[in-house]
Amino acid sequence: MSDQPILELKNIHSGYGSIKALRDVSLKVYPGEVVAIIGANGAGKSTTLMTICGIVSPEKGEVYYQGEPITKINPENLPPMGLCQVPEGRRIFPRLTVEENLILGAFYRDDQEGILKDIKHVYELFPVLGERSKQHGGTLSGGEQQMLAIGRALMTKPKVLLLDEPSLGLAPIIIHQIFDIIADINKNDGTTILLVEQNANLALKAATRGYVLETGEITLEDKADALLHNPEIRKAYLGE
Amino acid sequence: MHPDRFFTVEIDTNFHIRGWLNAGHDRLIKMGKLFRVHSLVLRIRKNYYDHQNVKKDNMDYFIQQLINGITLGGIYALIALGYTMVYGVIQLINFAHGEFFAAGGYVGVIFLSFFTGLGYMETYPVVCLTASFGLAMAYCAYLAIGVEKIAYKPLRKESRLAALLSALGMSIFLSNGLMLTQGVYDKAYPSELFQGGMHFGMVTVSYLQVLILVLTGVLLVALNFLVFKTKMGMAMRATAQDKTMSALVAISSNRIISLTFAIGAGLAAAAGIMVGLYYGSVRYDMGFIPGIKAFSAAVLGGIGNITGAMVGGLIIGMVEVFGAGYISGEYKDVFAFIILISVLYFKPTGIMGENIDDTRV
Amino acid sequence: MIQEFKKVWKNYTIGMLWLLGVLWPLLGIHPDGTITFQKTVSVWLYILAGTFVCLILYVINTSGNLKPVTTPVAGAARKIGSMIEVMPSWIWISALLICAFIYPLVTGRYATDVAITVLFYICLGLGLNVVVGLAGMLDLGYIAFYGVGAYTYALLNVNFGLGFWVCLPVSGFLACIAGCIVGYPTLRMRGDYLAIVTLGFGEIIRIILNNWMELTNGPNGILGVKTIGILMPFFENGMTLETLWVKKLQWFYYFVLGLAIVAIIAVRRLNYSRVGRAWESIREDETAAELMGVNTFNYKLLAYAMGAIFAGLAGAFFAARMKFVSPESFTFLESAMVLCMVVLGGMGSIPGIILGVVALIALPEAFREFESYRMLVFGATMIIMMLFRPAGLIPAKRVGKRSEDKE
Repeated sequence: MSDQPILELKNIHSGYGSIKALRDVSLKVYPGEVVAIIGANGAGKSTTLMTICGIVSPEKGEVYYQGEPITKINPENLPPMGLCQVPEGRRIFPRLTVEENLILGAFYRDDQEGILKDIKHVYELFPVLGERSKQHGGTLSGGEQQMLAIGRALMTKPKVLLLDEPSLGLAPIIIHQIFDIIADINKNDGTTILLVEQNANLALKAATRGYVLETGEITLEDKADALLHNPEIRKAYLGE
Repeated sequence: MHPDRFFTVEIDTNFHIRGWLNAGHDRLIKMGKLFRVHSLVLRIRKNYYDHQNVKKDNMDYFIQQLINGITLGGIYALIALGYTMVYGVIQLINFAHGEFFAAGGYVGVIFLSFFTGLGYMETYPVVCLTASFGLAMAYCAYLAIGVEKIAYKPLRKESRLAALLSALGMSIFLSNGLMLTQGVYDKAYPSELFQGGMHFGMVTVSYLQVLILVLTGVLLVALNFLVFKTKMGMAMRATAQDKTMSALVAISSNRIISLTFAIGAGLAAAAGIMVGLYYGSVRYDMGFIPGIKAFSAAVLGGIGNITGAMVGGLIIGMVEVFGAGYISGEYKDVFAFIILISVLYFKPTGIMGENIDDTRV
Repeated sequence: MIQEFKKVWKNYTIGMLWLLGVLWPLLGIHPDGTITFQKTVSVWLYILAGTFVCLILYVINTSGNLKPVTTPVAGAARKIGSMIEVMPSWIWISALLICAFIYPLVTGRYATDVAITVLFYICLGLGLNVVVGLAGMLDLGYIAFYGVGAYTYALLNVNFGLGFWVCLPVSGFLACIAGCIVGYPTLRMRGDYLAIVTLGFGEIIRIILNNWMELTNGPNGILGVKTIGILMPFFENGMTLETLWVKKLQWFYYFVLGLAIVAIIAVRRLNYSRVGRAWESIREDETAAELMGVNTFNYKLLAYAMGAIFAGLAGAFFAARMKFVSPESFTFLESAMVLCMVVLGGMGSIPGIILGVVALIALPEAFREFESYRMLVFGATMIIMMLFRPAGLIPAKRVGKRSEDKE
């Protein structure tokens, strides 16, 4: 782990019109880490990710990626730089086939062979996608859609992968499967992961470090283990 | 100033015109002194249709109408594709699309006459025709990209009413721009192109119809290939489905929207030249009525659906030709509108459409 | 200043180069096989100069360098505005009314004619405003109701010799029926579909007028429509009632003025009534309005019918004024023109619409030599208004976002 954070938010204020979703949010993600942001519904977790990706532009503050400011960059230019998001609710393209969804993940890439190899790699990670490669994305089950969304994000060859609520609306067994794969991606490919979750228990178990976001502000920052054993956190987010 | 005058004069096919010229030539001359041209044509046409009643139960007549219907339907399909693609990507009825069609017709006639003037038309007819089609399509694509950047792009986040009104303004603006640069009167296509045809009994298929059918087929196949088999086409469909997500996988929606406009306008331009060749002339306001009809075709096929627009175009063309042939030639424009209204009333998603989110419609 | 507006200048340059590319094939390639550049470049230079001046003004204005000029102007405008507010409204309303009454006496025939046109379009604009501005439904076939009104009077008058005042309510009524017929199937739709369907209906009505030779005499129109007649008592041999035909344009002006005043009052009263609030609630959020117990379908139909009535009444006056009706007066371009006026003035705002009509009718009359550029200017006005001031010149006081725009 180097000292230079790969992704850094400095005093970000962000929102939609007059609604302020984020107030003075600063956080750092180091290469190779899995960082979890936990928080309740409406705390601003998704806004944080959307701000990083440039979909929501911040009112104040700056996002640095590999030391460079990126708030002025158009969102579509970020994936080629290695920054990719799996947004909340999966948002796969419902009327495109599984394979087409994956190919679009590699939209900016020109290496035909590399793309084919990566598609094969995704099918190895998620064999069910391989079986359904000709099916429309909209016909998949929730878990399969989540796998497809992650697979599509992997096709961009991310250095930093932003995951928004990967457990949302899924059965526990599938959630575990997905979190295993997330851990694999981090371990095998060395991809840095920023994970946003309501399910604090799962997220903190998977993460190395964690941030707690409350009504648009970071209230706690610590090692994931420490957070997991923090009585306040246990009370507020783990239902004890 | 008669928005549908162009298509009133057109009547149905050259096949018909020949008929009524023979039927009432001296009446035509007499009446020409009394009425303005378009009302004259209406009168004569009415006369002609009365005259033709005998022949209508004939099988040849039916087949002739079928061929005419497919030709017209193909043209409508080409225009409808532009509406449907643009609607699919930015959920806007591009009112100016009919003007791209008209501009295509004009640029086509400009280049064809230019080549004729240079004398290349006789020596290299195929090259000249291809060049004219290519240049007109490129011109309209270029025009459409600029139009989108000026009038639609800044309003993408504003209310839909604003974008719609801006599109309407653009339509009026372009149509009058054409009038100012090209004149109020009909502009004739070089008439020596594509005379004659094939005869099968009473049925005539002109060479021009063959050209139109072949070219339409080629363009439709090419478009299908582009949209369904290439990465760009995939990106286009993805943008239509979810713009934010497309941006997250590095697809630039601005570029895709420009591309969509360019393709749609290019197809409309091809249709414009075809119409010009088919009916012999173009007029600055010729885009209006075919524009609405093509939009009806797009709605009929399910707006946003490319295959649907092709099928819808063919249906609208058929209905128009058969309606004009068997029911009433005067109300042929009405048939397309009635289809439009009934589709929107009974099945707003069209015959091939996906379910549309209620708030979008 | 240059740095600040680098992007503006860049876009402007690209746009102008694009325009050159658009113009050249249309102007520079000739059927005799020659290519010229002179005409294209001269047209282009005119446009370049015109837009350049506008852009400079825009840049100076946004950068604040125009403050010495705009501040006093804005101050004066505000002063006038507050004065109007301070003054009891009857003072300036009566001042306007007096001006309107004196107008035909001090001006010539031509100016009166223009004023009559303005008044017609004010009625149309106000009627369309009920549909577009208050209820928030885009109607592109509005002029058809005007046509129905005009044809109703023309036909009844020519065929049965009925007088104007008998036919006027019939015109309004039939236009209202037409409005309901169009409205009933279309009102389930929202937004842009509604627009295109009303456009289709408008065209259907025009095509019927154009082709139903037996009834409407087709494109040749109906000639010999009588003007307005009023019964006047004459006291020469006892008392007789005789019809006096309003032939003088000045007198006709007063009738149309009366109609316009009625329309203004009616629309104002509607706007601030329970019905008006219901319409506005539909415009703001249809679903919420329905949940609050507004019968959206009925109110939308009512908006349509009300709009159609105004158009129908104006249509009867129009037929009486022109003494001739033909389908050419009721084309889509007319609908677009009325819409353009409403948009320019400000949807939902009565003074705005009056201003919009005056601007789009009177100004083209003032610049008659540029007559052929008229529709070009209309189109451009619509685009520019949407880009820079979508609420119109005098925005309505109560407007929010349309329901389908909320994300």
